[in-house]
Amino acid sequence: MKKLINDPDDVVDEMLDGMVAAYPDQVRRLPDTKVLVRADAPVDGKVGIVSGGGSGHEPTHAGYLGAGMLDGAAAGEVFTSPTADELEELVAAADSGEGVLMVIKNYEGDVMNFETAGEMVEMEGTDVAEVVVDDDVAVEDSLYTSGRRGVCGTILVHKAAGAKAAEGADLAEVQRVAQKVVDNVGTMGMALTSCVTPEKGEPTFDLPEDEIELGIGIHGEPGVERTDVMSADEITEELTGAVLDDLDLDEGQEVLTIVNGMGGTPQMELFVVNRKLQELLGEHGLETWDAWVGDYMTSLDMEGCSITVCAVDDELKELLGASAETPALTVK
Amino acid sequence: MSDQGEAVVAAVAAVADRLEAERSYLTDLDSAIGDADHGGNMARGWAAAAEAVADMADPEPGDVVKTAGKTLLSEVGGASGPLYGGSLVFASPELADGLTAETAVAFAETYLEKVQDRGDARIGDKTMVDALVPAVHTFKKSVEVDEMTPVEGLSKAVAAAERGVDFTVPIRASKGRASYLGWRSVGHQDPGATSTLYIMEELLGVARERLDVTEPLPDDAESPTVPDGEVTED
Repeated sequence: MKKLINDPDDVVDEMLDGMVAAYPDQVRRLPDTKVLVRADAPVDGKVGIVSGGGSGHEPTHAGYLGAGMLDGAAAGEVFTSPTADELEELVAAADSGEGVLMVIKNYEGDVMNFETAGEMVEMEGTDVAEVVVDDDVAVEDSLYTSGRRGVCGTILVHKAAGAKAAEGADLAEVQRVAQKVVDNVGTMGMALTSCVTPEKGEPTFDLPEDEIELGIGIHGEPGVERTDVMSADEITEELTGAVLDDLDLDEGQEVLTIVNGMGGTPQMELFVVNRKLQELLGEHGLETWDAWVGDYMTSLDMEGCSITVCAVDDELKELLGASAETPALTVK
Repeated sequence: MSDQGEAVVAAVAAVADRLEAERSYLTDLDSAIGDADHGGNMARGWAAAAEAVADMADPEPGDVVKTAGKTLLSEVGGASGPLYGGSLVFASPELADGLTAETAVAFAETYLEKVQDRGDARIGDKTMVDALVPAVHTFKKSVEVDEMTPVEGLSKAVAAAERGVDFTVPIRASKGRASYLGWRSVGHQDPGATSTLYIMEELLGVARERLDVTEPLPDDAESPTVPDGEVTED
């Protein structure tokens, strides 16, 4: 398997240095850690927003550092939670004295390490709140979680919480809007191919040429169903149907949608999926307020996509549409 | 370095040696129902912890435990880091006044509480909790109600943990990665309960060696003591 890497052990380190070199005005690295923070962190008078998790999901998480979104992001090893001591530094670096919201994806290692870090920082006098994102409608429990996994909907939590914090809201308010997104968002993903981790150098799972996997997470963990290859429209129907069944929205509801690439799928195909997604939403009587298409939360080089639907009201529209300036997402 | 601090440093070193010796056995247990990294993670983490505490200048028991826990947090990662390391860090303030029967019980209870809280697991979920709950309860009762010395109490607790480990074999996992296997987890011994037992066995070994258990214990801060006055079980 060919990869643009030097040594699997150095991949995360070298990636972070490369990111800092690409966006020197926007992000900086805390010495001796795998934590990146926005260049001006902690921002005076503002609640800090932090996130993190395993590497391999770029641009998640550090790609969302900046005005209107995250103050800090911790990168674990590939598909591995950051350790609690790194997260402790992350939270401490994001605190301007107004407290810090930790956005956690529901994976056991992430939840435990974040909560441990949060409690340790609290012992030092920092106010900490958390929100656990569990938007994946595919599974109730998985190889890595009790309860549903946290996947691409996390980006919207970063966006809404970041916008609220930028307005100067307090920690409880920021946590409230973050939870509001969690309560209104659903995602389902699929894979055309397995991903290849730098460490292993070969596909994580064996997916025959004529089969696809529905309901995958973002680590190459097994999905819920393996089926024969389907057309883009059929796949879109499967994913959209599962998400809409779960959300159970009223007719006329406005939604924000994301067609998210898993890392190895061309934009061309993502737009093809988005075309069908919007058609299906119309058939369900839903109104698209905004539609995002691109690689937001990837799984290394996996080919495939996920579909996220988030029900929005006036408050969420204002927050999700508010300006943000980060390496991976700019909203004006 | 206080005698007690030295004893705790020795205990961390003993645990590190034991987990290195059991490394492949724990990984075998984990490969049956988990992701086959428990032996390596624990051995690596405790080796680093032993190194870190050996370098401490003039440590007291609470500081040693805290340093060991912090090292586990940064070296082990995954869910085991917070469960084993984080719980040590959070329970370590209980030893601020040194190691006595009272502080040892408080430490054990806080440690258990943190593990259960963090992992959200109960008895019967097929986790380390199955070894820890009977051990801590037995320790508390032995010391507080049966008025045993802490070392005798710890010996009872180890026996209880052993029964807890055996208890994990026939049951179905409902927490942690093994829970994904459902009924296929039946018949396998839980690696977390097993490593917890090993840690306790080493603590007992060091306590027996370093702390006098045959003589009645003097009532001073440098030695483990049974609490005087009436003891209530809550």
